Amino acid sequence: MRVRVDDDSCHGHQSCAIACPEVFGADEYGNAVVLITGDIPADLEAKVRRAEGNCPEHAIHIDD
Amino acid sequence: MTIDPTVDYDIFDPSFIRDPFPVIDQIRESGCPVAHTDRWGASWMPTRYADVVAIAQEHDVFTSRQILVTGPPPGQEPEGPYAAVAAPPISSDPPEHHWHRRLILPFFAPQAVAKFEQGTRDLCNRLIDGFIERGTADSAADYAQQIPVRVIATMLGVPTDLSDTFTGWVRGVLETGLTDQAVRLKARTNILDYFKTQIDDRRRNPREDDLITTLLNSEVDGEKVPEEYVHGVCNLMLVAGVDTTWSSIGASLWHLAQHPEHRRELREQPELWPSAIEELLRAYAPVTMARIVAHDTEFQGCPMHAGERVLMSFPAANRDPRQFERPDEVILDREHNRHVAFGAGIHRCAGSNLARLELRVALQVWLERIPEFELVDPASVTWAGGQVRGPRQCLVKF
Repeated sequence: MRVRVDDDSCHGHQSCAIACPEVFGADEYGNAVVLITGDIPADLEAKVRRAEGNCPEHAIHIDD
Repeated sequence: MTIDPTVDYDIFDPSFIRDPFPVIDQIRESGCPVAHTDRWGASWMPTRYADVVAIAQEHDVFTSRQILVTGPPPGQEPEGPYAAVAAPPISSDPPEHHWHRRLILPFFAPQAVAKFEQGTRDLCNRLIDGFIERGTADSAADYAQQIPVRVIATMLGVPTDLSDTFTGWVRGVLETGLTDQAVRLKARTNILDYFKTQIDDRRRNPREDDLITTLLNSEVDGEKVPEEYVHGVCNLMLVAGVDTTWSSIGASLWHLAQHPEHRRELREQPELWPSAIEELLRAYAPVTMARIVAHDTEFQGCPMHAGERVLMSFPAANRDPRQFERPDEVILDREHNRHVAFGAGIHRCAGSNLARLELRVALQVWLERIPEFELVDPASVTWAGGQVRGPRQCLVKF
């Protein structure tokens, strides 16, 4: 699994970082940044899906 | 006579203020989920999640020229001596919105607000010290109401001993002033007089590591930002940073007072806190914002005209069963929660990370100190509503 954030859609709710702080963080403006740009460790996949399901802007895209 | 809320809702009806969800549910499940009223300056009110979010995203059509839920039409509001001062970026539209927002976002990023956690914790403990021996307290007035105003005053670099005065002014804008324009204008003028003095002081005596000083020295495209911008940001931070979070803390404590199983879950499973905070924000979203229609348009079959007001009821959106399973239940570990308590789109609440921090710390400290508590009398709890919904008196015993 890989994950990316669409910067145009992200408005900095930080819902992703709340659901999965291992993979998502914030830039200086509070917008989302992906901390693991390569393959997501298997034990974090469920949390990444949860992060996607908590984003009000549908800004998180998962590639399986 | 039974009124039809799809054409005559009243956001200040006492029963709506106490519990708006029966009426909102009735509108949402009617053939007319975008309601209209002629009351309080007239407004439209979508009640479905998808419609509220669509309006939030369409900021070119649904502008932020006015954001209060009542009042005269744009351009006709009496704004007194500070007509040029708004509340950027919440009152801004693109393209200015971009820099209006970008300058303040770094103050509110998660890593920036983290420095307020210990002070907030100490404040919460001091407040509880003041009433814990009594075995009873007003969790809204003695606790929730006291917290955000002091945090935001600290952030703004102004004295926290004026907190009661600030609270009175904010209520003048967001509570009593919504149904009385003279009250609103007086409160607004008091706020802007105060911050004009603060700005003048910072010009004479610039401070290190100070929000107002930093903003006054900010530049956009090589020019210092106008004073009206800094003045407006101060206005926004006070008005938007006090009632809202206080309401959220108060409603969450009201909920926890009635749900021993949730108090127990949070005690026994502290890993629930992050999702629990989001769920309490969803279920008790305090804020309704307004938009002004830019040009004649049709939305979900409704003919909306330029200058008309649209209420974005985030509480209504957050209870839509099309978006949330069992929406009226608080489910502390809710898996998928795309709630819009902080809005959506370009106007997502700039203070959301600070609000979350305050809500979490306030609830954690309360539950550490007062693990078991209940309402003295559910019927005696009073609520404010309209723009910001939350308990104003909430007696609990422990």
